[in-house]
Amino acid sequence: MESNQQIIAKGIFKSYKDVKALEDISFSIPRGELFGFIGPDGAGKTTLFRILVTLLLQDKGEINLFGLDSRRDFRKVRLMTGYMPGRFSLYQDLSVEENLTFFATIFGTTIKENYHLIRDIYSQIEPFKKRPAGKLSGGMKQKLALSCALIHKPELLVLDEPTTGVDAVSRKEFWEMLGNLKKLGITIIVSTPYMDEASLCDRVALIQDGKIMQTDTPANIVSSYSAPLYAIRSEKMHKLINDLRTFPETASAYTFGQYIHLTLTPTAKAEDVVGFLSEKNHTGLEINTISPNIEDCFMNLMVK
Amino acid sequence: MRTIGFFIQKEFLQIFRNRSMLPMIFMVPIIQLLVLTYAVTYEMKGIRIHISDADFSSTSGQLTGKFTGSPFFVVTSTGTTHEEAEQALHLGKADMALNIPEGFERGIMRSESPQVELLYNAVNANVAGLSSAYTSSLIADFQGNMIADLMGGMQGSIIPVADITYSYWYNQEMDYKLFMAPGILVMLVTSIGLFLTGMNIVREKEMGTIEQINVTPVKKYQFIVGKLSPFLIIGLGELAFGMLIARLMFGVPFMGSIWLIFLFAALYMLVLLGMGLIISTLTNTQQQAMLLSWFFLVIFIMMSGLFTPVESMPDWAQWIDRFNPLTYFIRVIRLVMLKGSGWDEVKDQFYIIGAYGVVMISVAVMRYRKVG
Repeated sequence: MESNQQIIAKGIFKSYKDVKALEDISFSIPRGELFGFIGPDGAGKTTLFRILVTLLLQDKGEINLFGLDSRRDFRKVRLMTGYMPGRFSLYQDLSVEENLTFFATIFGTTIKENYHLIRDIYSQIEPFKKRPAGKLSGGMKQKLALSCALIHKPELLVLDEPTTGVDAVSRKEFWEMLGNLKKLGITIIVSTPYMDEASLCDRVALIQDGKIMQTDTPANIVSSYSAPLYAIRSEKMHKLINDLRTFPETASAYTFGQYIHLTLTPTAKAEDVVGFLSEKNHTGLEINTISPNIEDCFMNLMVK
Repeated sequence: MRTIGFFIQKEFLQIFRNRSMLPMIFMVPIIQLLVLTYAVTYEMKGIRIHISDADFSSTSGQLTGKFTGSPFFVVTSTGTTHEEAEQALHLGKADMALNIPEGFERGIMRSESPQVELLYNAVNANVAGLSSAYTSSLIADFQGNMIADLMGGMQGSIIPVADITYSYWYNQEMDYKLFMAPGILVMLVTSIGLFLTGMNIVREKEMGTIEQINVTPVKKYQFIVGKLSPFLIIGLGELAFGMLIARLMFGVPFMGSIWLIFLFAALYMLVLLGMGLIISTLTNTQQQAMLLSWFFLVIFIMMSGLFTPVESMPDWAQWIDRFNPLTYFIRVIRLVMLKGSGWDEVKDQFYIIGAYGVVMISVAVMRYRKVG
């Protein structure tokens, strides 16, 4: 694929004093893709995004965004990128409309010119356009921030944990909006700590401790999960997880809602577990084979 | 240009939307000028004095009469002995004591230069110093009279008494208000420049909005000009407002060119804005910025010659004071307003503050980074 049709990162390293925030991060994202970085807090997602949007310089490695070098062509990168930081960072004492006008003007455009891009999103907060941004609810703040990031018609949208701290309904709406923006041909890079949002991306990269563990479509990541997965419950859940962790054939065991998800060493079978747990006087035992979701894959990768 | 203009517009919108800002901008100069010009004065009135007179002569009576007749002194107690004088100081009944020993008049008649004793309570060195200065002038006055009387008593001789007349130029009545008001105007402009600039930029850091600005194509110079010009305008506006009050309320004269003062003020603001910007690059929260500005402000004000003359400071302090922008401004504003100095007399200060401004802004611009 031509270099001006994709974003390519090669061997990105970044350290803060003793802490290695990013280690050898490489990926490529074709134009128009909705790409997710999934990982726990402190995995290095924000650092990576800040490097992507030219707010931070990497120690080593190169990033090429649609043919632009992130360091050499940082001005052009800024022009074609919309960035929404994890923390709400618009002017709280300016009104909704003033914020939007401000960001439109400093990008040398007007609200009118690109209104079609933000219409679906902005129309929801337009009734409150005279209200100071600081007085909006969490979901409305996100919509305003997204509008401001979109107002200069960016080719690339970088969203750092846009749904953290937002209620379930607003989260769903937000992802629908991202879907619509993708249809307009905008490349979207998004990070999230929520595993369920991963399946809404075209492709995801699982990131932990500054390293990318796996990059693939959500479906492929799930199907690459090799070992059979069991969901177990009993009447004494706390004792159950402790016992399972002492079981020699256990590969991994972690709580997942009302169940414990369990994988075993390749030689072991489900019957072995049942036998082991019966000896430990567990009652009301329930064990099912289930198909893994992306969170299981992530947990599995983390254990490795 | 359009971007800068819009930036400035946004800053003003935010400044004036801040409910505590407008009252601050207008009330602070009025209150500071009113309170400080009246309160901060070196004129002492009603110094409490104890007089012990053991001589009971007409000459000693003339000397004590000098004190009782002076508006600067109030005789709180009298006596005859040194012990009584000491007692009055110990008990805090008097700020100073005069003790005239027995044989005072006789001594004068015999041209023996007799002695009087003066005791001061120097807990407050300022009060003691001023009391001493006033007393000396009264006693000098008294001696002048004595000489004239004695000489007059001799027949046929001419009395060669030097007649000293005083004339205080540029502030004829030695009115402290005229002297203080310009200095307080400088203080006002300084606090606006230093505090508001530093805090304003740090606020963008604190709120995270600087991130959002940094990813835009706004250039460094646009951001800095957009951030600093509102405070330049507010600072100069504050100066104009303060001058108006000083003129209307205290009748402070404007002998020289107002434009010269404003031109100097503009250069001076560049120094402060540069400092404010540097402070904002050194700090991450408004609190830190506030403390750091306060640290500099106190030193600048105390060493500026506003309250105590720069000339009386030790050499090393005077040397440090060369880096104090307030000193220059206070000197210039007093010279231009009270004396009517023109360009020639203040041009050195102009060059210094101009160079200072260029250095400060350059350092500040170099330190300010869009990328981490």
